[in-house]
Parts: sequence; structure tokens; C-alpha cells
Amino acid sequence: MREDIRIAGFGGQGVILSGIIVGKAASLFDNKNAVQTQSYGPEARGGASRCEVVISDETIDYPKVQNPDIFVAMSHEALMTYIDDLKDGGTLIIDPGTITESEIEEFVKEHNIKLYRAPATEIATNEIKLKIVANIVMIGAFVKITNAISKEAAIKAIEDSVPSGTEEKNIQAFEAGYNFV
Amino acid sequence: MPDEKSPFLKYLREDRLPTIFCPGCGIGTIINSFLKGVNEAELDFDNLALVSGIGCSSRIPGYIQSDSLHTTHGRAISFATGLKVSNSDLDVVVFTGDGDAASIGGNHLIHAARRNINLTVICINNNIYGMTGGQISPTSPKGSFGSTAPYGTTDNPFNLAELVATAGASYSARWTTLKIHHVVRSIKDALKNPGFSFVEVISQCPTYFGRKNKLRSPVDMISYMKNNTVFKAQVPSLSRKELEGKIIVGEFANTKKPEFVENIKELSKSKSDSEPIQNSAYLEEF
Amino acid sequence: MVKELFIQGNEACAEGALKAGCRFFAGYPITPSTEVAETLAIKLPAYKGSFVQMEDEIGAAGAIIGGSWGGSKSMTATSGPGFSLMQENIGYAFMSETPIVIVDVQRGSPSTGQPTMVGQGDMMQARWGSHGDYEPIALSPSSVQEFFDFTVEAFNLAEKFRTPVFVMADEIVGHMREKIIIPDKIDIVPRKMPESQKDFLPFKNNGINPMPSFGEGFDIHVTGLTHDERGYPDANNPKTHDTLVRRLSSKILDNKKDIVSTQKDFCEEADIVVVSYGAPFRSALNAVNIARDDGLKVGSFKLNTPWPFPEAEIREISKNASHIIVVEMNLGQIYWEVERVACSNSKTHLIGKIGGEIPKPNEILAEIKKVGGN
Repeated sequence: MREDIRIAGFGGQGVILSGIIVGKAASLFDNKNAVQTQSYGPEARGGASRCEVVISDETIDYPKVQNPDIFVAMSHEALMTYIDDLKDGGTLIIDPGTITESEIEEFVKEHNIKLYRAPATEIATNEIKLKIVANIVMIGAFVKITNAISKEAAIKAIEDSVPSGTEEKNIQAFEAGYNFV
Repeated sequence: MPDEKSPFLKYLREDRLPTIFCPGCGIGTIINSFLKGVNEAELDFDNLALVSGIGCSSRIPGYIQSDSLHTTHGRAISFATGLKVSNSDLDVVVFTGDGDAASIGGNHLIHAARRNINLTVICINNNIYGMTGGQISPTSPKGSFGSTAPYGTTDNPFNLAELVATAGASYSARWTTLKIHHVVRSIKDALKNPGFSFVEVISQCPTYFGRKNKLRSPVDMISYMKNNTVFKAQVPSLSRKELEGKIIVGEFANTKKPEFVENIKELSKSKSDSEPIQNSAYLEEF
Repeated sequence: MVKELFIQGNEACAEGALKAGCRFFAGYPITPSTEVAETLAIKLPAYKGSFVQMEDEIGAAGAIIGGSWGGSKSMTATSGPGFSLMQENIGYAFMSETPIVIVDVQRGSPSTGQPTMVGQGDMMQARWGSHGDYEPIALSPSSVQEFFDFTVEAFNLAEKFRTPVFVMADEIVGHMREKIIIPDKIDIVPRKMPESQKDFLPFKNNGINPMPSFGEGFDIHVTGLTHDERGYPDANNPKTHDTLVRRLSSKILDNKKDIVSTQKDFCEEADIVVVSYGAPFRSALNAVNIARDDGLKVGSFKLNTPWPFPEAEIREISKNASHIIVVEMNLGQIYWEVERVACSNSKTHLIGKIGGEIPKPNEILAEIKKVGGN
């Protein structure tokens, strides 16, 4: 089965790294296939940042994500830019602290979207005391909600991807997100 | 002296002689000076690698018995950069001219000087494009004539030896084909200098520059050079007017600076405990 | 030790170069190829190699030719505008029979075009970009693993045939991340030093000659001018020129069997064949699979080596296929090669997608259904 995932937010949130971790977890540690792509260029610096991952048990041919099954929105701007692409019945994970939810209520209802809230920024800031790990908190929530990658694979991929010396803090962030949901 | 052979004949590819150079051209003098300079610097001829671009001067490597890379117009210094980085044991010498080095190849020239890469560049500056038939070059004096400046050029010329010194070369000098001893000594110093070395030799092109500028015979050209040469040391005592149109000869840089390939070697040593491997293309495994 | 990595295509290209024995890289930053240079800038010193950032792409191409004669397998990586600047020195490399690898991560073009978006507009530039007659070898990867594998193959072909080789990648393959497996040992083709300095002819008129490096006492003369077997300029001699340029072409064309590589999926009984290379192959294969599920007789033909063009293989396909659809990210470059070879047997169609996105599977599917009469 093929799952198309989009993660979006603003520059500096570590959106791209989240996508790399998810792809790495799936392909290196869950023995599935994965392709990660991202938007490049001036639009990728500051402003909106977007990253996509395709995960599948089979060979992945078309590498891009057109209509994601799962959409993780870490900023209101990203949410509003990309929500229309989400598949009917798809999964939407939002960081409520960064989003005005009323603006998507109608869409969620009309398209039968499964909506989850993961206050990643708040958990990172208040619980971990390190705002920049919000993306890793979000991966924790994402894993628990979607099961797209295994928890073990996610942890290995995080350890393999974050700067050395920061592993412990990042795993703590992951667990906090995982346990919140 | 019909039977007297030049002591340097053994360094030439005799099967390629005679050369294509015109009678009265300064290039022959410079080849001789170069061979003498190599001898005086006590370099091993087998270790020489000669690189050139396009133009009359760029034909020199084809006549010298050594490895030689005759490349595209203006690009010799970039080829030489790759060659030197790939095998830093080689003594890499670039032969070039004013059009090749200063016009189409100007960017490579200043960047090689900036890097202070251990190359010796001998630039034969005849103030004109000879190979293509007498067009003006970036060093043609203001007011001089060429087939593309039939009314006299209004462009400002480059002062090459100074340009290269300013760009960062650790050695830069200018002489004329009349100052052979200086040319030889400069070539020797340049070859021994572990950094970017530039030797500009003002040379006569009676065929094109001479013909188009009322200096028709080699003797006319040589006399002109002789009468218009000023040593760098004399410059402060001369007025601007006195210096107008003069060829200023001497050294424009002679200093020690960190060298480009040495820096690469140091980096390699710090990351792998070894300098870059030479002739690695021939290895069967890594 | 076998390594498994989840990396970008451009990083995989750099890994392939190192594995193949590349120890000299000279380049100039340009999107979307820069990660190749950045990866090698990090890694080459640890591999006892050298990295140089040149002043421009002309200098980069010159430097790797010099590097190759200095005895190192040498590479550069660029994109369309840089590839344009390199063309003169590329011609020099063909004429002087200098093995080098040039990676072109193609972007939207012409001109500066779309720096961060995908394109395949440089395919004919790889074929004819430098002036004169020559026969290039070009490989086009469609996955991160292939970008690694084809870079290795590019070095091997360059050494085997003493010629420049292009890796014509694209922004999608360059930037996407996938898992690659790097085997512990791979087959590499080492350069051969000529056996004897005496009477050695570096440009002998008998196919592919061994290549000495500078400083080994061969006193070799290398020139871009028409040259004789010793390497000496002989530019006014019609026979010397004819012999040289024909040999340069035939050393590739006579060995097409060894060079040409294609991947055929379901082509045997296909009435419609979709031809593609690089990233669009992935959409093409997806569309072909869907069409086959719908009962259509469709196959996919992928050119691993767009150059030399696999004429015999396309001709063979055209014998059975009524329709050949070429999918590429330009307004028709490889298409015309297919048309030239297949026109007497098959009707050819072009899906020429420009704008910076790869063709979507449903666009190809629609064309398959249209030509198939459904």
C-alpha cells in the first residue's frame, strides 16, 4: 500500500528534517520503500517550507505527492495553502497553537477529514524547554496517529539524523509527542 | 656559424622543426631564454609539463621535448590548475600571449594569481593578435593600429605584470626581448618560486604589429623597444609626461605567500593522514 | 561493508564517483547540481583526493581535463547554463581523447530558465553541443540508486573508451532522497599506462590507446588541433583529419553493444510502447502498469544510455508496436531520434512536458488510451 505524506510549515521549523526522518525510518529501518522530495529555491528560505514523503511496500514509481493521504500542518499559512490537496477521508494533523481552526471546520466536515491536534510547539517549549524540537515532537504524534512508520524505526532514524550530542533531547521530544496523543 | 648547433637543441622536438614563427619574431629568443632558465634553476626536464592556449606563443610547447598540453583559447591556466593539483610534483609552465591570457583568459589569470597556485606563466606580449592576422589586443597601446583598429585604438591597455601582482601573485616581472639576461633570471626565479609566478616578456611582432605601426623591420621594432624602456626603479624620478608610452620593466611582486596546492595537501593530510594519491586513475582498487 | 543510506541523488552521485576512483573534482556552484560539489568538498580530502572550486564552468571543464592528464579520474557537475559554458572544452576532451565525467543535473531551460525546477532540455546539447563530429556517451538515471550506479558506469566507460562521458540527470533525481545500497566491492576500470616509452604513439590509428599521465617520461603532446598519431598538429592535411575524426567516432559506434543499455518492461507483445529516460520513466512505468491492469497491451522502454542512441533496440520494438509514445521534459529532443528510427513501422507521439514538473501518470495514461482508441 502506498501512503503519500506532506509535512508543511514555515522555514526554520525543521520541516525538511522531519520528512527525511520519516523517509529514513521507513526505508532503512522498516524495510519499506520511501521517497522524500521537497520544494527548493527562494520560496524554501523563510516563508513556507514543504516536504513530502511517499511510503510503500512496493516499488515507488511516481515519486511526487499530488494528493496526500496524510497532511501535517505546522503553520496556519501552510495549512491554508495545501489543505485543498488533501484526499477525501485523509488524515490531518495540526499544531493547534499555530493554527486558527475555525477556518478549516467546513472543509474537514465536507471532506470527511480525520482531524488530530498535536500541540508540538507548546510541548517543545514548555515540557522539553527547547522550542526547536517541535518537529520531533510532531513526529512522535505522527507515528502514534498514523502508524506509517514503526516507533522503533522512528527512534533509530532520529538518532541517525540529529546532530550528535542532541540525541537524548530529541528522543525525549519524540516520546512526549508520542505519549500526548 | 652554420655548423654550430644550439646547446639547447636536445631539448627540442627536432622532428617538428622548423617552427611556424615568422622571421624576426621574438618567440625564438624567449624559447632560448626559457631553456636557459630551466637549466639555471636546475629543474629536471622530464618533470616539466608545458601548457598553452591558442595563439603564436601557445605553439611553443609543441616544439619542446616534454609533456605538453596545447589547450583551448584562454583556458590554459585552468587546465594547468587541474594538472598541478592532480600531480603537484610536476613543474607546470604555461606559455601564453596577451590575447590568450589577458583577453579571453583574463578571468583564469587573475584567479590563478589570487590562489597563488604554483604555476609559472610566461606571457609573450606582442600587443597584437598574430595568429589571426593583426587585430588589436588588450595590451595594444592607445592609438596603435591593428586590422580591427584601422583608425587607431582608443581602448586603454592593461598593465599585465602589475595586474597580476595586484591579483595576488607571489612573483611578477616584466622585461623585453632585449633584456635577455633579465628574462632568463626572471624565468629562473619564477620556476623556483613556490607560488604563482608571472613573467611578461614584451616581444616584437614585425609581421603584424610592426607593419601596421610603421615599425616594419625587426630592427625598427627592437630600436623602438630599446628607446622606450624604463627600469621600474627609475619611475619615481620621472614625470608622468616622461613616462607616457614607456615600457616599464622590473619586478612587480616577489614575496612569499601560502600556496594553493600545499593547502590542499595539508587538508588531505588532516583528513586522511596522507597527501592526495598520485596517478590514482591507474589503481585497480581503492 | 555494504552501506545502506537514505540520501539525495546528488549525494549518491558523489558517492558513486568516490567508489569509481574519482580523486579530482573541479566545479562551480549551480542549482540544482550543487550538492554533488558540496558532498565531494567534504569527502575528497578524506579519500586522498582534491577538490577545487573554479572561477567558472569553463575553468572547471579545463581543470578536470588537466586533472585527468595529471593521472586522476576527474569529474565536474553542473546544470544547463554551466553545461553551455563547458562545451568548447568538452569538444577538446573528445578530440584529445581525455576521459572525464560531466554530470548535468538538468533544470528548466533555455537560458537561466527555472533553476529549482526539473527539465530535460539539454539532451541534444549532450549530443551536439560542441562544434564538430563526435560520438558522446550519456547515461540518464531515474532513481537515486541509478544515479550512484550510472556515475560509476560513467567513469568505467570514460576509461574504457578514453572519452568524456555525460551523466544527464535531472532536478527530480538529483534532489529526491531514496535508499541506496553501496556494495563493498564494485567493478572499476583502471587506466592503463602504456608499456614502453619507446616508439609509443598516444593517438595511434587503431581504436583505443592506452593513456600515459604527465611526468612519466612519455613527452606526450596533447592538442585540440587535428593531430597525427604522435599527437603533433597536422591541421592542413585532409587525410590526417579524416582518419582521426573517423576513428574517434568509430571507437564508440563500433562498440555500441558494450555501451548501450536499456530497460524493457512488457515490450514483447506490446502494441503501444512508452519510451522515456530519467525521472519521467517513473511516471511512465506507473501509467503502463495501470493501463495493463485495464487490459491494454502496453510496454515501457527506458533508455539508460540516451547516447549513443539505441537505434537497433528501438527499431526492434517498432516492429511490433503500432504506437510509440515518447515522454520527456522538453518539446521533443529524443522524440525525433525515435521518430527517425521507428517512423516506417510505428506511429510516434510526443508527451513533451515543460514547466518544471514531471509528467503525471494520468497524463501519460490518457495518451495511452487515446492512441489505443479507448
